[in-house]
Amino acid sequence: MAEFEPKIVAFVCNWCTYAGADLTGTSRIKYASNVRIVRFPCTGRIDYMLLLKAFDEGADGIIVSGCHPNDCHYTSGNFHARRRWMAFRSLCDFIGIDTRRIKFSWVSAAEGAKWADIVNTTVASVRELGPYDEYKKVAKKPVKEESHG
Amino acid sequence: MDDLRKRAKELIDTSAVKVVIGYEQGTGNKTRALFVENSEVADKLIFDSRCVQNLAAYVTKQEVKSKGKMAITATLPVMRAIIQLASEFQVNDDNLIVIGITPESKIIDFKNLEEVETYVHQFQIEIDARNREILDKLDKMTPSERWKFWIDELSPCFKCYACRAACPMCYCSRCTVDFNRPQWIPVSSNELGNLEWHFMRAMHLTGRCVDCDACANACPLAIPINLLTKKMIEDAKSDFGGYQPSLKGENLLSTFKPDDKENFIQ
Repeated sequence: MAEFEPKIVAFVCNWCTYAGADLTGTSRIKYASNVRIVRFPCTGRIDYMLLLKAFDEGADGIIVSGCHPNDCHYTSGNFHARRRWMAFRSLCDFIGIDTRRIKFSWVSAAEGAKWADIVNTTVASVRELGPYDEYKKVAKKPVKEESHG
Repeated sequence: MDDLRKRAKELIDTSAVKVVIGYEQGTGNKTRALFVENSEVADKLIFDSRCVQNLAAYVTKQEVKSKGKMAITATLPVMRAIIQLASEFQVNDDNLIVIGITPESKIIDFKNLEEVETYVHQFQIEIDARNREILDKLDKMTPSERWKFWIDELSPCFKCYACRAACPMCYCSRCTVDFNRPQWIPVSSNELGNLEWHFMRAMHLTGRCVDCDACANACPLAIPINLLTKKMIEDAKSDFGGYQPSLKGENLLSTFKPDDKENFIQ
């Protein structure tokens, strides 16, 4: 059997981490290709429901990343996001969602190497944890109907 | 009880308010909400330990609001809810009079919401011993065990939304769960939808829940959904130093401190 390849969804802000990930590319730094990046205007826009939806859709791990504190393009979006993540994370833990699969980080537009490192370590740790069967069993994605539109 | 009826009659007769919201004898041993619009009906008003429904849920309802100025009989959790609603601009001194009821069933006449706030701030929101014990037990479990616990507990839920209807803080005219483009939460009773619905409810109540237990009391299947909000109250204490509803209108998640401490962001 082929080795398990984790699916990681990364929720990143447009101004820092997305640009940082871009820098990783232009710097020709190699990193794991398991990550699917979703770009947001700001970490403040990253609704916790979207994170749950990523697990519903079969993600094994999640990365959430944005500007360092005090660097937000909109001044305070990341501060609000940080509070929400604190609440989100403790609720996840209480309900039994595996918080080891959700990585939060600050990656600035200059930290291309840090982005590669975050992705690589997340992929490695999720690979070790294995597929997120617990959630997938509950999500039981129905077979998508063909659209006839 | 006579004091309460007298006060209600006085408010109605002097046209200070159009409706007084209180409790009356319901079917069986239950009490239910009573809307007093003329002074004869005021004699039906009762108050005792069975009156646990949070009447603050009515003050944001259009059907009640449209009657005109309201008065509400309010125990401590109801007063907290009123202050929280005032901080969210749902009620104010012009449309609501609060008739406070102390734990000793004494009536307090509040002149304005500021007085209610002062009264409310004498008491911290505390988790009762029985639920404290359950929370501690859950804390000791592994995440997988907790996952199993919640999947099992939530499995009978068929999303009647009684918890939402009973909650004074759930007053959005359109709730996320009612959206179908996109469909955030599966509406049928399944494990995923039940989990997401209760997860979302707890998140939306973080920093706003007044710990009145109305949701759990309203649940026809006695699911301990109030444990989720209680846990969020506990964690708010350790993460943000706790909270109290206040007229200043600073909800936990609508504000921040630049030096909020967390230990998980890399």
